[in-house]
Amino acid sequence: MAIVFQKPKALSDVPLHYCPGCTHGIVHRLVAEVIDELGIEGSTIGVAPVGCAVFAYNYFNCDMQEAAHGRAPAVATGIKRANPENIVFTYQGDGDLAAIGTAETVHAAARGENITIIFINNAIYGMTGGQMAPTTLVGQVTQTSPYGRKVEAQGYPIRMSEMLSTLEGPSYIKRCSVDSIKNINDTKRAIKKAFQNQIDKKGFSLVEVLSTCPTNWGLSPVEALDWLRENMIPHYPLGTYKDIDAEQKA
Amino acid sequence: MDKVLMKGNEAIAEAAIRAGCRHFFGYPITPQTEISAYMARRMPKIGGTFLQAESEVAAINMVYGAAGAGVRAMTSSSSPGISLKSEGISYIAGADLPCVIVNIVRAGPGLGGIQPAQSDYFQAVKGGGHGDYRMIVVAPSSIQEIVDSTFLAFDLADKYRMPVMLMGDGMLGQMMEPVAFPDTTGVKLPEKEWATTGTKKMRKPNIINSLYIQPDELEALIKNRWKKYIEIEQNEVRFEAEGTEDAEIILVAYGATARIVKAAIKKARENGIKAGLIRPITLWPFPSDVISAAAKKVKAILCVEMSMGQMVEDVRLSAAGACPVHFYGRTGGVVPIPADVYDEIRRYV
Repeated sequence: MAIVFQKPKALSDVPLHYCPGCTHGIVHRLVAEVIDELGIEGSTIGVAPVGCAVFAYNYFNCDMQEAAHGRAPAVATGIKRANPENIVFTYQGDGDLAAIGTAETVHAAARGENITIIFINNAIYGMTGGQMAPTTLVGQVTQTSPYGRKVEAQGYPIRMSEMLSTLEGPSYIKRCSVDSIKNINDTKRAIKKAFQNQIDKKGFSLVEVLSTCPTNWGLSPVEALDWLRENMIPHYPLGTYKDIDAEQKA
Repeated sequence: MDKVLMKGNEAIAEAAIRAGCRHFFGYPITPQTEISAYMARRMPKIGGTFLQAESEVAAINMVYGAAGAGVRAMTSSSSPGISLKSEGISYIAGADLPCVIVNIVRAGPGLGGIQPAQSDYFQAVKGGGHGDYRMIVVAPSSIQEIVDSTFLAFDLADKYRMPVMLMGDGMLGQMMEPVAFPDTTGVKLPEKEWATTGTKKMRKPNIINSLYIQPDELEALIKNRWKKYIEIEQNEVRFEAEGTEDAEIILVAYGATARIVKAAIKKARENGIKAGLIRPITLWPFPSDVISAAAKKVKAILCVEMSMGQMVEDVRLSAAGACPVHFYGRTGGVVPIPADVYDEIRRYV
């Protein structure tokens, strides 16, 4: 009997700890499929963040390092500089990448560090139980913005892809979403390009993935996908923010 | 072996390179900047990496990544910068990674001053970062010893898979003395089968990590690490003892301060006072046994530091009440002079 569907080899055979309906599982799978398709499992080093994806070091079937909160791009820099032939990626949430680790993110991008970053933006801190994130939308209720995020007190959400695309260092920056089959397929293509760029020594690539957190948003998985489409995509437009290949062609 | 005249900071950098370090991550801060400057000049010429990080925090985490990837990695800083690195040092200790951290100590707290001090002793030997961990701390007192200690620091880091701090001060960093470098031809760096270099699909993934959610699992891991620490306390204590056999008073001092104390001891001996010196070279593991034994034979111990009294606590623990332990310290970047130390000696004998 022909096998028509199976777990990617780059994904370990262990149960994930993510909540029902959480989209981390989808993105993990996409990253693993890309690693399989590019045949880089044996040379890839992943860097796990602090946050919901902290246990990613148990889920990817390649060498892994667990970084301190926000420091994944610095840790990845150390790994890549030590062994430039390795393919190095980080997998980070919005609190990790856009709050406590903003400096590490911006400077890895500015250096054009030849690494790949998968950035999960679900507009909330998941692991700690639903606090306001740097990407929490104005008016969004969280544990630490119980009356809704107010700009007078808590300022505005950060659009990381747009901000990073102003730098000369990055080779590829794209914002995707995993709310639909079409967008999941787009996300996979973007992740694959972000890894291929590193193989081709083109420098820093980042794929921002709009994701859901049904548990901390207080919504069912299906409602959460609707909420992402209705609220996040208008504020965080999908698209390619930087692509040096396209620039060179133009 | 030919000797060359070198500044302390540059001697650290050259010794690190000769010890096989090809990955240096730093951030500018006085009074250790010559280390970075030296690395910036030399590393590109020998296929190494010098990277000026965006922060001390990033620099130590780059060291974490590189050390985890199996290379000899190093960072250097001075006191306020070490405070920022303390998070990373804790993670490095928790993930059992070997690396060398240089602290050319300046006066604190806060921004403090840029003049020599030894007020980071507590930070270096009692923690700095969070959690149950230890860090080997080597405190040389001459430029030749800086060179030797740098080699030692990398070797100990690899041997025990843990961070090692090389601690000096602004005086040692800026001072020039003739040094000779050991012959390293044929020296092979240790294999690190635990490093994240890629599985090549030949082995199970290696994971560099300090997170253990189950308390009993974490406790077992830390207890196991403690066995290593006890082994280090038994095998890696280094100190210099001078004139201790007939001494009626023993002075305890480390680093640059020990040089000043030596001048005071010489004057004391000339004036008929039998003074001796115990100079800890490793601040952790601390030479407790030799101090403990000496305390039973002398009238008094005098601890001299460029701080308000930090190492003196360990000296008192070692002496365990066998004799009085006095303290003389200058702080804030003020360097004690031999005449003042001599006056202190006279107070107690």
